[in-house]
Amino acid sequence: MSRKERLRQEREQLIEEKGIIYLDQVSKEYEKNNVAALDGVTLSIKKGEFVFIVGDNGSGKSTLIRLLLRELTATEGDVYVMGQNLKKLRHRQVPRFRRNLGVVFQDFRLLPERNVFDNVAFAQRIIEVPQKDIRRNVPAILTTVGLAGKYKAKTNQLSGGEQQRVAIARALVNEPAILLADEPTGNLDPKNAWEIMQLLEEINEAGTTVIVVTHNREIVNAFRKRVITMRRGVIISDEEGGEYIDEN
Amino acid sequence: MKISTLLYTAKQGFANIFRNKWYSLASVATIAACLFLFGIFYAIVANFESIVMKAEEGVSVTVFFHNEYDKCESHTEAQLSTQERVEEIGRMIEARDEVSSVRFVSDDEAWETFARDYYGENYAEGFLENPLVGEYNYEVFLSDVSKQGALVDWLNSVPEIRRVNFSEMTADTLSGANLLIAYVSMGIILVLLAVSGFLIHNTVSMGISVRATEINIMKYVGATDFFVRAPFLLEGVIIGLVGAAIPLAVIYNLYSYALNYVVERFTVLSNFLNFLSVQEIFRVLLPVSLLLGIGIGFFGSFFTVKKHLHV
Repeated sequence: MSRKERLRQEREQLIEEKGIIYLDQVSKEYEKNNVAALDGVTLSIKKGEFVFIVGDNGSGKSTLIRLLLRELTATEGDVYVMGQNLKKLRHRQVPRFRRNLGVVFQDFRLLPERNVFDNVAFAQRIIEVPQKDIRRNVPAILTTVGLAGKYKAKTNQLSGGEQQRVAIARALVNEPAILLADEPTGNLDPKNAWEIMQLLEEINEAGTTVIVVTHNREIVNAFRKRVITMRRGVIISDEEGGEYIDEN
Repeated sequence: MKISTLLYTAKQGFANIFRNKWYSLASVATIAACLFLFGIFYAIVANFESIVMKAEEGVSVTVFFHNEYDKCESHTEAQLSTQERVEEIGRMIEARDEVSSVRFVSDDEAWETFARDYYGENYAEGFLENPLVGEYNYEVFLSDVSKQGALVDWLNSVPEIRRVNFSEMTADTLSGANLLIAYVSMGIILVLLAVSGFLIHNTVSMGISVRATEINIMKYVGATDFFVRAPFLLEGVIIGLVGAAIPLAVIYNLYSYALNYVVERFTVLSNFLNFLSVQEIFRVLLPVSLLLGIGIGFFGSFFTVKKHLHV
């Protein structure tokens, strides 16, 4: 058996045993202020789960997302995503690793001068998908997110909800195993927020692991999914079908 | 990497220029302004240097020998030079580092030149014999006037040499001018580089907010460093090329016009000051400016993007 094959099997075994995301006693301290943004967090998320991560500002949610994206590395402990120990990942291996993840942000982060099609196709171009496949995949994913008729529109001509749909389409077009959504409804009105969450639920039902970081109590309470609550860098609650817990 | 990806990054590089047209214009203007100043400065310094070099080429040391016509008789018999020995010394002088060329001036030629300079065309009248018999000499032209002292010292140590004529002041003045040009050039180039660096840094910072978001998105969706960099580098190179081409075109026309103007209006000046032609100036200025433009564009983009790659 080749080394590559052995590593692949080890990763699959780790995903099976510990989950698609596994944090083992992870701490993160920022050099600037020496305050622990995460303090000994242990967490496991199984393949195909839908998880809300909630908590107030400074609770460590964003640090957790940045660790999962390998934007940061843990000061202590290990972060495993898709069976890979992110601490051992070299800088040049990070792009390939990130192609397993879809990311959606509160501020959409779309390329403003390009149209909807180009924004979504961009994610395929960077992994060198042939042009004919891009022409097939992009309209298909735009149909999934309900934007089939708007592929020519410039993103700055779209509503907030539509922009977030474009961002979701871009995150999904490469069929990632995990979708990380950092405050995806933060800039949306309640109707659009609700629609986006329903879309994320549909994506999860199709097999993608979805992790949503949010402040939106109504949504968390309505969806009855697993809720991980963080406070000052530690997990204070982790409940299946849980509710949003207030700081007070 | 696939050809389609290369074509895509190249297309994006061109598209970026038009997408961020104000940033592109500001960058082109900054590079053009810096290279224009550099070009003007180079043209002035190159002309100064050429004038000084021309003057240096005319500086010579004249070497006279002891011989049977010698009137001072302060020499010994052994110091009397034979024709063979004079020729040998000529070869020794020519072989020295300080010397660019040596010319033998016979008695007759020495008298001819002297008489023409002092008595005019009818110099022969009144002189039945050459009064400069025995004044044959070597006219030694220097490769570097600052080494005149060393050459004169060596010449004075040769027993057959009676006298060495030279102008210390001319050599010192020219050496001083050379040094001054070198220091002023270095000073101005440093100032220009500092100003260029400052202006380019500001221009790059101006465009960075748009770039930071774009780079950030690219990195989050899994783009490699090369994929992120390539369009920016191409964009930088094109901006640098355009930024270099504009001042080159302006300087070409400006210099040609100025040169014609000086030659036509100040004939006296152009008679003894040898100005460089526009072709001579551009032989150096063209490749240097293009390289500087491309370099500034390339490295400006390289370092700007680098800051944002560690996402």
